[in-house]
Amino acid sequence: MDNRNGVFSGIKIAGFCWAVVGPLTMKYFADYGATVIRVETTKRPCTMRISAPYKDDKPGLDRSGYFNHFSANMLSLALNMENPKALEVAKRLVANSDVVMDNFTPGVMESWGLDYEELKRVKPDIIMLRQSGFGSWGPYAQQPAFGMILAAMAGLPNFIGWPESGPLPVGVSAYTDCISPRFASAALIAALDYRNKTGKGQLLDLSQFETTLYFIMPAILEYISTGREPSRIGNSHPYAAPHGVYPCKGDDRWCTIAVFSDEQWASLCQVMGKTDYRDDARFSTLPARKQNEDEINELISGWTINFTPKEVMTKLQSAGVPSGVVKNAADIYDDPQLRQRKLFWPLQHPDMGLFTHLGQGFELSKTPARARTPSPRLGEHTEYVCSKILGMTDEEFVELMGAGVFV
Amino acid sequence: MLNGCRALDLTDENGFLCGKILADLGVDVIKVEPPGGDPSRQRGPFWADSPHPEKSLYWFAYNSNKRGVSLNIEAQKGQEILKELVKTADFVIESFPPGFMDSLGLSYAKLKSIKQEIILTSITPFGQAGPYRDYQASDIVTMGMSGILYQTGDPDRSPVQMSLPQACLHAGADAAVGTMIAYYHREMSGEGQRVDISRQQSVAWFLANAIPLWELSGVVSKRAGAFRWSVNSTQRQVWRCQDGYVFFFMVGGRAGAKSFHELVSWMDSEGMANQYLLSVDWETLDMFKVSQDVVDQISQPIERFFLTRTKKEIAREAVKRQISICPLSSMADLLSDAQLESRNFWVEIEHPELNTKITYPREFVKSSEESCATRFRAPLIGEHNGEIYGEIGFTKQELDALKKAGII
Repeated sequence: MDNRNGVFSGIKIAGFCWAVVGPLTMKYFADYGATVIRVETTKRPCTMRISAPYKDDKPGLDRSGYFNHFSANMLSLALNMENPKALEVAKRLVANSDVVMDNFTPGVMESWGLDYEELKRVKPDIIMLRQSGFGSWGPYAQQPAFGMILAAMAGLPNFIGWPESGPLPVGVSAYTDCISPRFASAALIAALDYRNKTGKGQLLDLSQFETTLYFIMPAILEYISTGREPSRIGNSHPYAAPHGVYPCKGDDRWCTIAVFSDEQWASLCQVMGKTDYRDDARFSTLPARKQNEDEINELISGWTINFTPKEVMTKLQSAGVPSGVVKNAADIYDDPQLRQRKLFWPLQHPDMGLFTHLGQGFELSKTPARARTPSPRLGEHTEYVCSKILGMTDEEFVELMGAGVFV
Repeated sequence: MLNGCRALDLTDENGFLCGKILADLGVDVIKVEPPGGDPSRQRGPFWADSPHPEKSLYWFAYNSNKRGVSLNIEAQKGQEILKELVKTADFVIESFPPGFMDSLGLSYAKLKSIKQEIILTSITPFGQAGPYRDYQASDIVTMGMSGILYQTGDPDRSPVQMSLPQACLHAGADAAVGTMIAYYHREMSGEGQRVDISRQQSVAWFLANAIPLWELSGVVSKRAGAFRWSVNSTQRQVWRCQDGYVFFFMVGGRAGAKSFHELVSWMDSEGMANQYLLSVDWETLDMFKVSQDVVDQISQPIERFFLTRTKKEIAREAVKRQISICPLSSMADLLSDAQLESRNFWVEIEHPELNTKITYPREFVKSSEESCATRFRAPLIGEHNGEIYGEIGFTKQELDALKKAGII
């Protein structure tokens, strides 16, 4: 762990963070070589650590699949901030850090004496990155927020579902937790560069609610312009037909097909062996296909049901028609494209055994993300951080440990 | 914060967000589009429902703070001009099919020979190599290939999409991060590089618990409609209220106990909490183990209660009592939301050609040092041709000739 070469080599980040937005943000930096120290306590562990599934179904703070999937390359410092002697240790950590991140409900860091003004006194060029559900101030700032609920606050379920039934949630919980870290990380790297050039630190404040609104902006502009609220349109698309999810051979197996042009339609007819559809006036143009969409969807379903989703994808892709398998988690786990691009890092973990840790979502040609260490056990690096990074003497460490600071 | 940096943004709608994020952080982003305009300008919705390449709302949404030039990079002269622009740039962002830039003589190696430390960021459906490299994909195809689509929708019907494209936004935002990491490296070492973004991978990067659940328990996460799927039970998360919907789900243990206590005490004060609800020990409730029967008994009185209240009433009480419930916001709700208003989230930007101002999000991050605000609207087709081509030495006569020749 001393040997962290990588883009952010030498950068130290103190993460007062928990599920899920904070750790995901730290991950970008940990995977590219920063020393990322997760400040945690057994007194109130991160909800990710106490989430099933556990290794062999045996609960334990170091056995959660959820936590360990997302925490490669990070160090864990056990520090109970409720202990009166913890603040001094936290400040020494701040003094030795480039960045302090937090994603607690606003007020928590302040209650510990770790507000931005105080951090600045300890380390004048510190960068503080805050990322709560609603942002650090405003009337809802104190409201506890989970990603799924925030996604509704940001309007996303208006775009999911069938015309004749109600709105549906996004299919992955904590959706806003994966949106915000991208905005936050881009801003944080800019802030690090700015500090390197001007000597100035800063406070960066993000709100998951706000960043998620960037994912629906065209619909907001449409409302402003026309007064039209979004409507649920199932799997259809205003500029494509056929467009949707079609049943395949197997239990709950599906494929997608999206036809945007007459050429793609002709190719699809060819592959289906129904060249007569190609010139059929009911189907030959996009407006005609939109008009007869239900009929087309039925015809296509009657064809796709004879094949596995992979067979449909392979046949249609080789004819240039956009189509894919509707992959479930097991398919993603074995996806040949994602495997080749090393989305997953199998790492030996003391409690999990050989366990799949998440890698990075993209590739850099010269400075790839690297798996260095498996996810940390809670407090695994407490002594290392105190002696090697904070420069604590053995006596000090033992005394603080005796006082119950490092739990 | 990034004043002094320049990006050439050659992307279509699959990559707009990358340049938008960089532009908000202070990069001079130049949108380069074909003469006549980017094809995405033909896509609705349009301002006032009037189809016109200068009125595409998708274009407006993700190209503010960028300047724009038109350039036919498929013509040799256009390629020469692009190379001149590359000499002035730090980043090139593109979303063409893999191999397309190479076929124009604009490969990474070529760009590097023009500007040694250039960073080239490419955004494609599946990445620059691998078995799916040349697969065709639209949003629904990519979302299907990355795991979210399967988990979205009712259990007794086919999976259902998010009708607003999402994969390009995850990828676009990831591209901004990848580009910034490459930039940081360049500032430290002087070395540029290639950033390879896959829309499939950017979405598959976050599937919450689905991958560990499969690996450790052999369980495939399912879709559960308005409910939250879990191994032993499904729990309602979309609730009807008097005039719409609110979202709320059961979180047991310490994380959720406070919310539950407050909700039940509110219901109790209105005479709508039953004995069962009052007797549940929320601190020890384990959502992974809890039986369907318990979930149903908890849900029924809450369901009845929400039906007697409006979205606004529930939201107001949720804020007051710090309960984790949110209304499903309409677009109108968002534009008048008190939280967004208090954080000054919306900003009006002039569109002189439309004789109007349009409301945009002001900024995605509040920095104590530098404003990251939206300052000006998306560029018109070729709006900054004179300004930007002038900088690299073209005279007005030359530009007129290039225009005649269909290069700009």
